[in-house]
Amino acid sequence: MFLRMVLGALTRQKKKLLMMACAMALGISLATAMLNVMLDVGDKINQELKTYGANIIVTPRGASFLADLYGVEDGAGVSDKYLSEAELPNLKTIFWAFNIVDFTPYLDASVSVNGHEEKVPLLGAWFAKHLDIPTGEAVDTGIINMKSWWDIRGSWLKDDDESGVMAGSIFAGKQGIKTGDKLTIFARDNSGKVQTAFLTVRSVFHSGDKEDEGLLAPLALVQGLTGLEGKVRRVEVSALTTPENDLSRRASQNPRSLSRQDWEIWYCTAYVSAIAYQIEEALTDARAKAILQVAESEGKILQKTRLLMLLLTFLSLACSALAISNLVTANVLERSVEIGLLKALGATNASISFALLTEMLIATGIGGVVGYGTGLGLASIIGHSVFGSAVSAKALVIPIAALLVLLVTIGGSLPALRMLLRLRPAEVLHGRQ
Amino acid sequence: MNILELKDVSMLYGQVMALQNISLSVASGEWVAIMGASGSGKTTLMNIVGCMNKATRGTVTLDGENISRLDGRDLTAIRRDKIGLIFQQFHLISYLTAVENVMIAQYYHSMADEQETLRALKRVGLTHRAGHLPRQLSGGEQQRLCIARALINYPRLILADEPTGNLDESNQNTVLDIFHQLHAEGSTIIVVTHSPEVAAHAQRVVSLEFGRLVSDVPAQRFH
Ligand SMILES: Nc1ncnc2c1ncn2[C@@H]1O[C@H](COP(=O)(O)OP(=O)(O)OP(=O)(O)O)[C@@H](O)[C@H]1O
Ligand SMILES: [Mg+2]
Repeated sequence: MFLRMVLGALTRQKKKLLMMACAMALGISLATAMLNVMLDVGDKINQELKTYGANIIVTPRGASFLADLYGVEDGAGVSDKYLSEAELPNLKTIFWAFNIVDFTPYLDASVSVNGHEEKVPLLGAWFAKHLDIPTGEAVDTGIINMKSWWDIRGSWLKDDDESGVMAGSIFAGKQGIKTGDKLTIFARDNSGKVQTAFLTVRSVFHSGDKEDEGLLAPLALVQGLTGLEGKVRRVEVSALTTPENDLSRRASQNPRSLSRQDWEIWYCTAYVSAIAYQIEEALTDARAKAILQVAESEGKILQKTRLLMLLLTFLSLACSALAISNLVTANVLERSVEIGLLKALGATNASISFALLTEMLIATGIGGVVGYGTGLGLASIIGHSVFGSAVSAKALVIPIAALLVLLVTIGGSLPALRMLLRLRPAEVLHGRQ
Repeated sequence: MNILELKDVSMLYGQVMALQNISLSVASGEWVAIMGASGSGKTTLMNIVGCMNKATRGTVTLDGENISRLDGRDLTAIRRDKIGLIFQQFHLISYLTAVENVMIAQYYHSMADEQETLRALKRVGLTHRAGHLPRQLSGGEQQRLCIARALINYPRLILADEPTGNLDESNQNTVLDIFHQLHAEGSTIIVVTHSPEVAAHAQRVVSLEFGRLVSDVPAQRFH
């Protein structure tokens, strides 16, 4: 009888229940998409963020780390220690080679432009350098990948461009330089001779960082100007890493202090310290240092993105609950005589509420299933368009979505249920018409 | 034995005195008609007797039990077990078929039993309409269906508020015939009506005026 009643009610009010199902489908689809993205793409966001900058800096052993990191430049003579460009492909041969997403070497020079007194930093780097790795693979790596957020008016340089240069936005603004301008560059090479180069500005870039104050050119060009062929001053490496823990912190202080077993665990885990250690092994006289702040702020961005997604999920569900609440309240109002009659016939509040909730849960449950399907589609669209990879459906989302349907339905029904409880049969059944 | 006993029952709606010191007894098996102008308190009285409302003052004894101090759940239980209600506006559930509309009363009372329900429909002459929805039935058929619903749980007392108010003469007579049949079988019936013709079928006619009981006479004398 209960079933016949619920089924009767369902078939008679298809339209309203369809609307409820739609309201639920909307909320659940967003929630499913966000939850799936959150659970599955956590790693992907992480990866996306990693490529947002280097997390390991490699400098020659003996050179001042601070000087390199903060660019305390004073002519070319701060340090005469360099890394060898020819060794760089070794980075892709270390144990964690696959975790090394990108890297680029840098060589800086101080030059004067168009005869002005003022010295301007000129930075040489790889753009998208093609490398043949000793293992037989090939990669293209450089700052085009590593600085993907830079704003370029024009195009990136080619690594073999012998007369092209990119101007930083601050420098370009100060000197009134624009794309296509020709610059005459004077630089002093390592033997003290003045070298001249005639370069064309191919584009203006904005990095939001100190590079904006100078010029950017292919590494080979800067090496030629300074007479430092085959040499680089530092290498920025972007690597995927495992979050630090006790073991990795102990290791980063002194890897030799670990027991043999711990050392093996550490070496075979993608801790940033382990990767740095392996980089030092791969390059002669190199010192690799993790930049912790970057990793930390990445974590913060990830957390904030998660928070935003949670907020979106919550808001969309709140909207569903409101819509459902309106629909049920209207429904109960419309059916007040029927409810009064059931009460007059001896139905308890509990049994009527139960019947109403069952009716609604069937509708919202269908909506939830539809919403879940839509949400998966949405998640994969988000995955492809934002992260460029598929999002696999997480089984964990199903019970969460089911729970959400239940909570939203019950939550949305509360005002209607309150009305239902207060409804007195005597008042509706002898309505003064 | 009296199935219903009211003593000094009063009902106040804010400032409105809907009933004033009503005392009334109804014997088991009796058929009583209640008459009175609109607003005289007939429905108010039925609601109190039918356990749908609580009197402000006075005592109501139904089937030997004092119900005047009972609340919500207990009143619901007594209404379910002892009262059969028939309304002027039928109040059938639109999405349930005739047979289901009767079964629902059984369901909330004890257990739905389709065979018994079909027998009840046969009594009111609706066997051929069992599978129809209320809107597919005529007014008379709908009221007969309501009677079947009111009877299904063998109530001690049948309360009908203007059962023929929405019916034409031939349907009114069909309903009255069923009441006669029930009366003959020993049911206690209280009918609220505006129509002297309907009231004349009862044994006793009770008249209300402005919430007071003004006369209580055998039906013959009422004519
Ligand atoms: N819920 C209520 N709140 C306030 N006043 C009410 C309420 N119910 C009834 N009344 C008042 O009580 C009085 C008696 O009403 P009742 O419905 O019992 O009359 P009635 O005899 O059934 O009239 P009718 O023949 O029109 O159905 C009326 O004055 C009515 O306005
Ligand atoms: Mg009335």
